Amino acid sequence: MAKSELELSWKDLEVGCVVSEPGNASQYRTGDWRSVRPVWDTENCIRCGVCYIFCPDMAIKKTGDGYFEADLYYCKGCGICAQECITRCITMVEEEE
Amino acid sequence: METFNVYASRLITKKEYFSPGHRACQGCAEALAVRMVAKALGQNVIVSSATGCMEIVSSPLPFTNWRVPWIHVAFENTSAVASGVEAGTKALIRKGKLPDKGTVFLGMGGDGATADIGLQSLSGAFERGHNFLYVCYDNEAYMNTGIQRSSSTPFGAATTTSPAGKLTPGQITWKKNMAEIAVAHNIPYVATSCSSYPFDLIQKVKKAARINGPAYIHVLSVCPTGWRVPPNKAIWIGRLAVETGVFPLYEVENGKYRITVDVPELRPVLDYLKPQGRFRHLTPELVDEIQERVTHEYNKLKAKTAL
Repeated sequence: MAKSELELSWKDLEVGCVVSEPGNASQYRTGDWRSVRPVWDTENCIRCGVCYIFCPDMAIKKTGDGYFEADLYYCKGCGICAQECITRCITMVEEEE
Repeated sequence: METFNVYASRLITKKEYFSPGHRACQGCAEALAVRMVAKALGQNVIVSSATGCMEIVSSPLPFTNWRVPWIHVAFENTSAVASGVEAGTKALIRKGKLPDKGTVFLGMGGDGATADIGLQSLSGAFERGHNFLYVCYDNEAYMNTGIQRSSSTPFGAATTTSPAGKLTPGQITWKKNMAEIAVAHNIPYVATSCSSYPFDLIQKVKKAARINGPAYIHVLSVCPTGWRVPPNKAIWIGRLAVETGVFPLYEVENGKYRITVDVPELRPVLDYLKPQGRFRHLTPELVDEIQERVTHEYNKLKAKTAL
């Protein structure tokens, strides 16, 4: 996205209100809705990816060593991953800031 | 989930055609269903989307969450636009102006856009036999405008326009069976699915995309806000809906019924009603009435699969 949400004005709208850049809403930070965040216990994690498949916000990413972690830019803290985790290795930790 | 190995989620494509950063509520299972459908269809798809939650959360101008061609249309003409896009593309291919890439034409809408307002255009598109796929994300009320009842709201559910009180037990009519209405059009493929069963959903969408002719998929998507459940329970509630027989998952291929997620013994329907705040006012008599209806409908479906 060339411009952020705050810099845009009506002059940036294209004819017919066409949005020419696919998926540009991904610059929107949904992470600040969160009050709790998921934390993985890598000791019990079997790296199955169930948390990844059930995340409605596409906020769970695979790390280099095959474990999963939340992308805190997008994670809304719904807790579905902690609820669905087969080995119960995800806990929801309260945000402190 | 039962029929798949736990590691199956690692086999699914990592590409997201419905980008993150959408404005859906926490724990929205409908956004999850959209994500799965987008993943299953891939890049080569043109989406016509009705007004509703998924339009509001994914396309706040000048932003869009879609990485595929997407058009927003009114409630009434989603299927009309989808069939127009299909017919136009077909004509351009015939004239040699576009290469034939086997594009999938997807119409999508909520339960209000499918079962209430857009039913006529959907019926028309089925009848004309356009080669398109329609996916209905059923969250059982008009959640986008603040939980008003639709014809897809189940009996007994309290919404803002069917409040529970001394005189009425919430919604007083039974849920419209949209999948059966689609079956009655004699279209090649009809299926029901739920976002709590992502592999089932992906398989059905892929199958429907391959079929030549209209296809319809009805996806139950739990709405934590409207159903009054905690956001983290959204997937669990969807699974309960299937296990209690409230929302059986089946597919109808050329008139042949097949139950895809088989539940050997149905759980009591109370297990499904109890966690939801919208059913909290139900008396035991009303629960019995719902149980009777659910068992009856499930047996009717079982009888059809035996044909």
